[in-house]
Amino acid sequence: MDAIILQILNGLDKGSAYALIALGLTLIFGTLGVVNFAHGALFMIGAFCAVTLSRLFSLSHEVLVPGETDFLGNPKTKDVPYIYDWFGESTGAAIIDWSVPLAILFAIPVMIAVGVIMERGLIKHFYKRPHADQILVTFGLAIVLQEIIKYYYGANPIPTPAPQAFAGSFDFGAMLGFDPNTIIYPYWRLVYFAFAALIIGAVFAFLQFTTFGMVVRAGMADRETVGLLGINIDKRFTIMFGLAAAVAGLAGVMYTPINSPNYHMGMDFLVLSFVVVVVGGMGSLPGAVLAGFVLGILESFASMREVIDIIPGINQVIIYLVAIIILLTRPRGLMGRKGVMED
Amino acid sequence: MFGLEKKDARLLLLVAVLVAFAPFLLNPFPEGSAMAQFNAGYPDLMQRFVIFGIFAIGFNILFGLTGYLSFGHAAFLGVGSYAAVWMFKLLSMNVLPAIILAVAMSGLFALLIGYISLRRSGIYFSILTLAFAQMMFALAYSVLTPITGGETGLQLALDDPRILGTSQTAGGNIPVPGLFGLEMRDSAELVLGSWVFTFNVGYYFAAIVMLVSFYLSIRIFRSPFGMMLRAIKSNQQRLNYTGLNPKPYTLAAFVISGMYAGLAGALMASMDPLAGAERMFWTASGEVVLMTILGGVGTLIGPVLGAGAIKYMENIISKINSDILHGWFAFLPDGLEDFVVAIIYPFIGKGWHLTLGLIFMGVVIFLPGGLVEGGQRIAALFGRKKASDDDSGKSAKTEPAE
Repeated sequence: MDAIILQILNGLDKGSAYALIALGLTLIFGTLGVVNFAHGALFMIGAFCAVTLSRLFSLSHEVLVPGETDFLGNPKTKDVPYIYDWFGESTGAAIIDWSVPLAILFAIPVMIAVGVIMERGLIKHFYKRPHADQILVTFGLAIVLQEIIKYYYGANPIPTPAPQAFAGSFDFGAMLGFDPNTIIYPYWRLVYFAFAALIIGAVFAFLQFTTFGMVVRAGMADRETVGLLGINIDKRFTIMFGLAAAVAGLAGVMYTPINSPNYHMGMDFLVLSFVVVVVGGMGSLPGAVLAGFVLGILESFASMREVIDIIPGINQVIIYLVAIIILLTRPRGLMGRKGVMED
Repeated sequence: MFGLEKKDARLLLLVAVLVAFAPFLLNPFPEGSAMAQFNAGYPDLMQRFVIFGIFAIGFNILFGLTGYLSFGHAAFLGVGSYAAVWMFKLLSMNVLPAIILAVAMSGLFALLIGYISLRRSGIYFSILTLAFAQMMFALAYSVLTPITGGETGLQLALDDPRILGTSQTAGGNIPVPGLFGLEMRDSAELVLGSWVFTFNVGYYFAAIVMLVSFYLSIRIFRSPFGMMLRAIKSNQQRLNYTGLNPKPYTLAAFVISGMYAGLAGALMASMDPLAGAERMFWTASGEVVLMTILGGVGTLIGPVLGAGAIKYMENIISKINSDILHGWFAFLPDGLEDFVVAIIYPFIGKGWHLTLGLIFMGVVIFLPGGLVEGGQRIAALFGRKKASDDDSGKSAKTEPAE
């Protein structure tokens, strides 16, 4: 029992990331009908927003340490971040420590801007072109974006730690009444899951309970009629693209402490996220979320020693295997809408 | 000639001449001159030109004619490489049996994967092929290590049986791949003044194979079968209404293009007898998509051009570093020189992928017909000869009436 709970928990953080990226992909596909291969790059840019902010916070200048000299007799200096000068040393240290969560505030406007520029500048011109062209141009864009990041940040992963308060793990098993030390779970993964749940909830609430969301949903169902009613649906869809970019970016920001960001992390996630979207059903938001978590958890079950002993290598291929089975038996995906990209 | 129309025969002849004289054409700059780094006439790179040309020609038969975008084609290339290396290990170092087994194996895999994947179309087909390829990559990397060599890749060893050949040469070395005594890595050099031209056996062998594949692809393009594939691309539904089942045709195209990929993989293994799982990774599949689009999808010569352009960039542009750039712009005033170098630097050297991405995006946006369409437009600019409209690149664009 404890082993099962542990695997479910382990699957949650990856599942959250899949779900968030797949949610954004589905939002874009459902509203604009565009298959966005650059969505992984948006996830990656979000992660690098966190890196940028933590670097900005730690920008420092040299000050003399009074009364101390190094072994050559020169006066000793040390680096003091500017932020210490502005907010005092303890507040400054806290800000640096909390740079990843603070990056959320920084990433939202950046990602919305990136998304809107992408949609207005490039993707707008591809609505009428076949899906293959959309895939190809966004694939090219993804290459360009990740190369730009690589140029400025280098090819190596950049460790970006979580705040001290969330470092380390806790004994989740003991809380649930199992033997101690059976289920050890890092705090940050729980934070990530809670954050993902919050974002997903917020997106659904936004679409369900606001007028804007209602118009967008109407537009997803029948774009032409909404346009005929005198509503500027294109503008709203552009905003939705920015929102989807922000969702992917936030998923990236919060993922940095779990995996140090590097320039190709977006592509690594993108391939799997596409599989997730297809399994969930093209154009179905709940389907994307459900499939994200299901596949994340399945993946973590498949990497249990007991399972690998029976079917070697299953942990590597489980997601693809599930995708193939689903696509062949239920082409619409788990919760796909009728008539969306069917043959 | 060979049952081809006059125009196609001319194209084939042109390609044959270009390929035959490639060691000269690709080495226009004298050895040791500042421009020598743009020379592409060394065997390793020329071999890659033709091998990836074969790969792209095969991919074009599927994507260019039927419109099915496979994102997992590199898997067949990997299968071909593994099969060829196993032939080198078990049978002999002759490349012919290796190529035959590689083509057969990749055809078999393509039949299996194609049979399943082709039940869906559009993006679902892309995802299915991607999923299969990634599965094969993951398995080759981990569980199938006894067959594939895992992370280190599959290599030849001194104690391989090689039933028809020798396990090791008299000198105690691993024998090299060859064709009835002609060693693939043998080269002859011709020195003319300060020019050095290299003629490599492996290159010419691969080039002949490429010409045969190119000829076959022309025949496929011009055959009733090719016409049927184009019909599938333009309107599959209408084909269904006329009582034709498109599935056998698409499957045949998929298998043929998988066999081309396997052939390319076998040739890669023949030039350098090792095979690794990274050849099957999805970025390798993406690369062949880039090549085909860049050159001109659905055209005969486009994929070869695209493969050449990308491999040239990969090998030549990536070698330029900032010192070389400073050398070029040394004639500018100091401040301006640094500025120009700083502007260009991100696009060269390790950043060549950025250039590639930008060019690729530009092609998809402005030139959906790729380099071939670009050439036609330029030709049209100079009047007289209007771009011939019986070329497949044009007919592929005709919109079906709904």
